[in-house]
Amino acid sequence: MAFATAARERRRSTMSSRRRSALTGWLYASPLAVFVIVLFILPLGLVLQMSVSDWPLLGGNQGVNFPDNYVNAIDNRFFVDSVIFTLKYTVAATVLLIGLGLGLAMLVQESTRWKGFLRSSFLIPSALGLASASLLFYVLYSPSAGPFADFMERTGITFLGTPTGALWSTVFLIVWRYAGFYMLLMLVGLQGIPDEVYEAARIDGASRWQIFRRVTLPLLRPTFALTVVLCVTGSLLAFEQFYILTKGGPDNSTITVVQLIYNMAFQGQNDLGMAAALSIIVLGALIVINIFQLRAFRSPDEE
Amino acid sequence: MTAISERSGTDASELHPAGQVRRRAPRALAQRMPFWVFTGALALIFIYPLLWTGVASFSPQPGTAQAEGWGVGNYVTLANYQAGIWQYLANSAFMSLLTVLLTVAISLLGGYAFARFDFPGKNVLFLATLAILMVPYATLLIPLYVLLNQVGLANSLVGVSLVLTMFQLPFSLFMMRISFESVPRALDEAARVDGCNSWSVLWRVLVPAVKPGLITVGLFAFLTAWNDFIAPLILITDTNRMTLPLAVANLRVQVQGIVDYGATEAGVVILALPCILLFLILQRHYVRGFMSGALKG
Repeated sequence: MAFATAARERRRSTMSSRRRSALTGWLYASPLAVFVIVLFILPLGLVLQMSVSDWPLLGGNQGVNFPDNYVNAIDNRFFVDSVIFTLKYTVAATVLLIGLGLGLAMLVQESTRWKGFLRSSFLIPSALGLASASLLFYVLYSPSAGPFADFMERTGITFLGTPTGALWSTVFLIVWRYAGFYMLLMLVGLQGIPDEVYEAARIDGASRWQIFRRVTLPLLRPTFALTVVLCVTGSLLAFEQFYILTKGGPDNSTITVVQLIYNMAFQGQNDLGMAAALSIIVLGALIVINIFQLRAFRSPDEE
Repeated sequence: MTAISERSGTDASELHPAGQVRRRAPRALAQRMPFWVFTGALALIFIYPLLWTGVASFSPQPGTAQAEGWGVGNYVTLANYQAGIWQYLANSAFMSLLTVLLTVAISLLGGYAFARFDFPGKNVLFLATLAILMVPYATLLIPLYVLLNQVGLANSLVGVSLVLTMFQLPFSLFMMRISFESVPRALDEAARVDGCNSWSVLWRVLVPAVKPGLITVGLFAFLTAWNDFIAPLILITDTNRMTLPLAVANLRVQVQGIVDYGATEAGVVILALPCILLFLILQRHYVRGFMSGALKG
């Protein structure tokens, strides 16, 4: 009897200590919970509501407006062009950044002092903000103050004057700013490949190209998944670089989807409802694209 | 340095993508020259724009405040622009430091909660925090603009800080959680036996142990906040409350659509300098932040 009471007592005390621990845990997590609920969950709900409401910038909620917001967003005369341009930019930036990131990583893999210096120089631009980097290249590309001003005057070539030029000049800026970042992620991936695997491949007589194709690339699959998802997501949401460098020009040829959202909401139309509808479309597209990418990168034995 | 490079350096013939790490017998210095030239040129591409802007901001240039001779004319223009550079610097500094403070405090407590306690809703909260990464910036800024207006934080640097803190939480919480988890539990238990409660365990034992993680989280929060452009662009309308990136971007077009490239160069230098200095001083912590990000994948 006494034994049973003691056991019950002990159970009660572990229960209450567990409850106390849960309470303490919640207490420490509560600032985080408040931030996530008030500044993330709540706005997410609100943007859904706004996307189905007539909601001008200054007027506030004017009642339901569904599906007009979505129809108007898609019917916008820049919608199709901005989607095509954003996709084009995303493919260009992703291919270049992933390729260059891997190339640079293989170049500086070993730790010597010279390679340490190279690594730091490739990384320094990523300490800059995207806005600062865009402003820097705005001056660098300028036909009057940049270091290429004479060259531009002589040849008549301008960096930002034509749609194609503006696209590739911006891609160069992005590659300059982010190549070191992707190099770092690739380095982490390369370090995760054990030496024995290379050793075994070499003993089997594999050439360097074969080792790269059959060993390095397959084993980097998780790294590729992470970097491609990051790069595609970031590029699809491009804004600052075009806002600062090209302002969507020349001839509205470099308007990205996010810039279109910004224009709908805060410039000219001042229609928050339509901008919310377009951002819900972007959110949906992003989720679909990322699920698709993660599926594609899943290793065969996981399927 | 030469000796080290000679032992394990690769030469230009190994630069094609198949260039796997392979140690080779030492070779003549001349044979390695192409590698040095090639990689040196690459490094120059990355450093040159920064150096050029630094030099150009002081150099003579027609059409700027520094038209003749070398000097600080561009910086003087910048100093007198609208509310004055000191105002914008102060705005940026206040907003960045508040963001760092909030991010560090919330992720410290949150990381502790996630690493050391079991509580109902733990996994849901963690997933909800990580979900912030999934949602585009613009999608959240539009409702946040409306919400901040309603609570009287329109046009306020505090509002911008709150928003930027929220965007930093996925990375920071993740970083702090793994920092706490890598500290052995025996350390807490020993302190508990000595009569510490959970709060003093955190302050006396764990905070010193997770300090590197805190520095990484703080560094990233600072760099993000200092450089952020979209959030202040949408949330701040008053010119006196603009942050530095916004002010420099607006300053480009001054009178009659003429761009003052000189003052822009000076602005870029002032924007970039703290970031580059912090990067050089805290490079180890910077690299570690990326590494932990890569582990997620």
